Amino acid sequence: MSERPSTSGGAEDRLSLYGEVLPSRLLLGTALYPSPDILRRAVEAARPAILTVSLRRESGRDASAGQRFFELVKSLGARILPNTAGCHTAREAITTAQMARELFETDWIKLEVIANDDTLQPDVFGLAEAAGALARDGFKVLPYCTEDLSVAERLLSAGCQVLMPWAAPIGTARGLMNPYALRSLRAYFPDTPLIVDAGIGAPSHAAQAMELGFDGVLLNTAVAKAGDPVSMAAAFAQAIEAGRLAYRAGLMPSRDMASPSTPVAGLAFRD
Amino acid sequence: MKITVNGEARTTKARTLAELCGELGLLDAKVATARNGEFVPAKLRAQVSLAGGDAIEVLSPRQGG
Repeated sequence: MSERPSTSGGAEDRLSLYGEVLPSRLLLGTALYPSPDILRRAVEAARPAILTVSLRRESGRDASAGQRFFELVKSLGARILPNTAGCHTAREAITTAQMARELFETDWIKLEVIANDDTLQPDVFGLAEAAGALARDGFKVLPYCTEDLSVAERLLSAGCQVLMPWAAPIGTARGLMNPYALRSLRAYFPDTPLIVDAGIGAPSHAAQAMELGFDGVLLNTAVAKAGDPVSMAAAFAQAIEAGRLAYRAGLMPSRDMASPSTPVAGLAFRD
Repeated sequence: MKITVNGEARTTKARTLAELCGELGLLDAKVATARNGEFVPAKLRAQVSLAGGDAIEVLSPRQGG
């Protein structure tokens, strides 16, 4: 299993996705904040590289609300990443991605095809089908996937250049449910950008993902639903930086028996 | 003609998707459209005729995770 960082350079240690160098390893969702102003302040505190957005049915009751939200997100300075959240088939996700490309003026898409409403787990078959179709159509696909190696292989061969395995089901705040599989994924795809997406509840979870060598973390609810979302956004940004630095510094291996850190030689009162 | 718009039944006089957007008060709104599950780019809305039973989706930007 490789302990080497997957990217090189000290000050130049930057996340690169689809050839674009990004200023941070935090990807932040824009939903569930108490107000647009708190969203703005959270973004200013955490400086995420990417903000995720979605599209929903226009009721016509306030037809300028969507435009206002788009203008707010554009003003925050991060790259915009629309999602296909809630889509249950490849066809729905493909059409939604095409609509998102026009609406948000970007060919980047966070591809979600959901298998089950209780777990919100990815439908990996629909995901691979939609990923292939969208990649052929020129999209830069960031798939929300499981940590399964064969799924990862399929998505990469479909044209994805980044994978976003879940830590735990969306919104559960349970952290990394399967660190072993995530570590295997990291080792198996040392050169593919891997972003842990979903299920993160605490900055320590994000730090753990980064210490495993993941390239970034995508989260939303843990910040938006915190008592103080602005401070929590900053806490996540720092945890991600700390985890990355620790990964690059090289973590010591764990061991079963104690080992003294203070020198044993020269100890008094011993023969 | 009876169609559905965003899942709700609607009777419309609109002949094209562009006319429907006008009828909905969304001519200048930031929206994306689909007809019967297929994306319709904004610039093609005036050329896409509506037929009875069509299912139209009109989406706008929203917060997301």
